[in-house]
Amino acid sequence: MFDTLKSRIYQGNQFIKDIKNAPMREQFRGLPKLCNANCNNCKDCLNVCPTGALKLNPLSIDMGKCTFCGACKNVCKTGAIDFTNFYKLSTTKRENLIVTEDMTQEEFSKIAIEVRKEIKRVFGKSLKLRQVSAAGCNGCEMELNACSNVNFDMGRFGIDFVASPRHADGLVITGPISKNMAYALEDCYKSTPDPKIVVLCGACAISGGVFQQSSELNREFLEKYPIDLYIAGCPVHPLTFINGILGFIQGK
Amino acid sequence: MNWIKKKNNTKININDIPTLKINDLREEIISLNKRPIGFFGKDWGRGSTKLFVILADDENADLYVSSVIFEGSEKEYESLTQVILAFHIFEREFYEQFGIKPLNHPWLKPLRKNQKDYKFFEMEGEEVHQVAVGPIHAGVIEPGHFRFMCNGETVYHLEIMLGYQNRGVEELMVKHPTNQMAESICGDSVIAHNLAYSKVMEILKNIKVSKRAQLIRTLALEMERAAIHIGDLGAISGDIAYLMGASVFGATRTLVINTMLEFSGSRFGRGLVRVGGVNFDIDNEKIERAIKTLTKVEKDVDRMVKTMLKNTSVMSRLEKTGVVSQEKAREIGLVGMAARACGIVIDSRFDFADECFKNLALPRKIFKGKGDVNARFQLRYQETMESLSIAKRILEMLKNGFKEEVLNLNNNSLCADSLAISITEGWRGEIVHIALTDMNGTLSRYKIKDPSFNNWYGLALAVRNNGVSDFPLCNKSFNLSYCGNDL
Repeated sequence: MFDTLKSRIYQGNQFIKDIKNAPMREQFRGLPKLCNANCNNCKDCLNVCPTGALKLNPLSIDMGKCTFCGACKNVCKTGAIDFTNFYKLSTTKRENLIVTEDMTQEEFSKIAIEVRKEIKRVFGKSLKLRQVSAAGCNGCEMELNACSNVNFDMGRFGIDFVASPRHADGLVITGPISKNMAYALEDCYKSTPDPKIVVLCGACAISGGVFQQSSELNREFLEKYPIDLYIAGCPVHPLTFINGILGFIQGK
Repeated sequence: MNWIKKKNNTKININDIPTLKINDLREEIISLNKRPIGFFGKDWGRGSTKLFVILADDENADLYVSSVIFEGSEKEYESLTQVILAFHIFEREFYEQFGIKPLNHPWLKPLRKNQKDYKFFEMEGEEVHQVAVGPIHAGVIEPGHFRFMCNGETVYHLEIMLGYQNRGVEELMVKHPTNQMAESICGDSVIAHNLAYSKVMEILKNIKVSKRAQLIRTLALEMERAAIHIGDLGAISGDIAYLMGASVFGATRTLVINTMLEFSGSRFGRGLVRVGGVNFDIDNEKIERAIKTLTKVEKDVDRMVKTMLKNTSVMSRLEKTGVVSQEKAREIGLVGMAARACGIVIDSRFDFADECFKNLALPRKIFKGKGDVNARFQLRYQETMESLSIAKRILEMLKNGFKEEVLNLNNNSLCADSLAISITEGWRGEIVHIALTDMNGTLSRYKIKDPSFNNWYGLALAVRNNGVSDFPLCNKSFNLSYCGNDL
């Protein structure tokens, strides 16, 4: 008993107080920073990109496909590609994830999330989510679990993962959606009461990621139902996820 | 000659592999009686299939390789599982992929396909009832279906149906092999799988990796082991409602993976390892900081575990829950941490040590466990402390010497007609990657064996005669990978 209390006092408080302005280590690979003037069209980056996220003339990176592996930056001899440590990589529109030279941090923040009044009104103070791993590799799943740990403590904003779709206000989908999970995913969506939102979390969910060429996927779900929020990453960092959801439901 | 004998991390000319008749090979396998680590087919042209068999001799660090050709008309053979149970899942996989039936297999059910058509094993009786869970689970975890046959609260039998995660990884690896794909085979064993892949490629491309790069790789592997074990100690605490443990281990794990973020730009070490070495060197400033952090982690884990184990209500939940006897574990061929917890001496870091690990000359600690949740908890604790101390030692070495390039950018073409094997001990156990090339030097088959592939059946045995409410606890103590199994 006393040992437990001692441990508690020793540990102190470790939660991140200001999650919206939480600092990120400089090594983190977040929003890409591109420079057309430095690009000499050698196409080395195209050859090393595992997901075809890159395009030349003008240079662009699709964060919905990007695994943030940094291979393109490593291979680029002229410094045309770099990654900043900016981690708020969520958007309500798929096309916003395609980053070009003009897309600075400020610019991206401005356009990324379109706040809807009804979302703010209904979910602003409480959002319960059901997570469906549809062939996710457990990377995004571990990071989503980390959102609820004592450091990030997502629960304090009224955002939680719940055990049943019947208790949920929305789905968070990770993974490229395998054929074998397509039915269960759709079933889960139908079991969630209206009004509901759908969040795609990570490169696999948004575009199929490294698995986009696989013959074992069935991504029809994404064509059938509306998607409300795209959160980029491979895997998605807890700060990216929490700030993405907060931006979407609170408009801040 | 019926076998070709090789070491870990080597390649074999495919033409040197003996090809036997199936009945002869079957006799050979039974008389040799070694552990299977590879049992997979490959299209061999004109409707025929070649089956490769790789057995591991852990005591002498030898790998035995042999093969057999099934002509188009040969569609069955007498199963090995009848004699050696450890083959059960390998034969199921081979049957599912190539349609060659192992006769008299005790339980020839689907592995990754046709889950919907499968009729589950059922027990009858007035008090017997079924509990079906999944594929979508209550927590934030991967999908799989569990079917419990219960009598009241007691589980008689658990049947585990997987395959929901199947993404066709082996096929993709042949078409477009990349480090990033290897990292996504199983997102909690990023370093281990990527390392196994990189080594296979380096063998086939004849690329030498510098000592410094090897040290950084080993460091990352041990940090991954420590991080996941700490996370799982927290998850076990959570499942027995010891929330203090869940919070503290959760926060402590963050320190380890954030150190990994400093090294590689990703909390799980994505983008660190690549064919030819590692992408990032570690400077002395980061090393100093990492040593400090890992020392704190050691202290915090030690303190929390000791506090926890003094608590009788904790011990009453951990002890004698989810027992797998050593005998059973051997029979079904458990590997890695799950096997060690049953008192089996198996660790491919030592059994099939690579050059770098050999040079570290670490003493091997034998764990005497009883195969219950408590054993797996204590083993994870012991391995965490061990890994942290190895990591610190490597950091010291990197600080004081081995100043060399960490990346060899040679990009030779792959050797033709070869088979390369690499075994890496991830935190769950041995990860085996096997690659075959054809006469033009292009990849023609890629085989992955995650430790979960062997161990899922161990979980099914562990929950027998336990309360159904203890399932989460048993499950977390193993924490097996769904996507590692489903590929």
